[in-house]
Amino acid sequence: MQKKPYLTLFLSTLQLSAFTFGGGFVIIPLMRKKFVEKLHWIDEQEMLDLTAIAQSSPGAIAVNASILVGYNVAGPLGAAVTVVGTVLPPLVIITVISLFYDAFRDNAVVSMVMAGMQAGVAAVICDVVITMARNVLKPFRWQPLAVMICAFAAAWFFSINVIWIILACGALGAVETLVRARARKERQQ
Amino acid sequence: MIYLQLFWSFFQIGLFSIGGGYAAMPLIQHQVVDLHGWLTMSQFADIITISGMTPGPIAINAATFVGEQICGLPGALVATAGCVFPSCVIVMTLAWLYYKYRSLEILQGILLGLRPAVVAMIASAGLSLVFLALFAGGVLPSSLDQVDWIAAGIFVGCLVVLRRWKTDPIAVMAGAGVAGWILYSIF
Repeated sequence: MQKKPYLTLFLSTLQLSAFTFGGGFVIIPLMRKKFVEKLHWIDEQEMLDLTAIAQSSPGAIAVNASILVGYNVAGPLGAAVTVVGTVLPPLVIITVISLFYDAFRDNAVVSMVMAGMQAGVAAVICDVVITMARNVLKPFRWQPLAVMICAFAAAWFFSINVIWIILACGALGAVETLVRARARKERQQ
Repeated sequence: MIYLQLFWSFFQIGLFSIGGGYAAMPLIQHQVVDLHGWLTMSQFADIITISGMTPGPIAINAATFVGEQICGLPGALVATAGCVFPSCVIVMTLAWLYYKYRSLEILQGILLGLRPAVVAMIASAGLSLVFLALFAGGVLPSSLDQVDWIAAGIFVGCLVVLRRWKTDPIAVMAGAGVAGWILYSIF
């Protein structure tokens, strides 16, 4: 290992985070390029594993991936360094925007641009939802479709706290896995 | 204690947003708009829009923005810390467990059960953004006068472009902004 991995870790994640526009998935290929191909700190298979963990853990994917890379390279202190590196660019940028927000919002041109962009963002989210729903329903099964409809109804019509919906669906998945595992064991006996 | 409230709210957002990206959106809306009234729905839509145009995760952007609006830079730092804290603990624990057990069947089962719910949550939050962008007052219109036809046109145009050509969302949003500027200036 290098003499000062902390500085390199910090600068790398800072740079990656500053250029991760859009969803968090964008940071994964960038990280792979930096830490696998360029620095050789993490091997190919490990990066895939880390990606899976980052995706399936709560929180932002970019932050999770940074924690994993930092932890992997230099332990908990490495993770702390990469988190700060990842959080700093959005913190600075949004702080600056936030300071000028009122003037920004009252400007006629800005509000026209923002109105247009809001319609655009709504379209982007619809696009994301369509793609995600397709992936979840491929191959088609009734159960995820039913879960999706119920969860949507709970959130949209009944305004149930999303945390309860997520906990309920996670519990359902756990129970289903246990039941299936038991059935498999009985079949084997 | 506003700092504690901020930390706790964004701690929950960080803890329960699974799946990254827009998955955090409904949770942020619930905490920040519905529960505490720190932002109005239109401010919330602004921060989602700004998040789309700037680097960094939505949750971090929202945490910074909300904290900053309520009690300045310390607020921004506290909210961001709250947002990141659960990730640090859980991800490191999972990494440790993962290297120990590699494939946890029960964990995969939980994640599989969560996926349709996550999609539904995003759909629900997305729909309120569609309403806000297209209809006056953000509720289902009772007459056609309440529909913002320019926004509706931009929305449909963007969706077609995104579905058909898989265009970069940043480019689409920028295009929508320019279209808004031109169309609202003309009409």
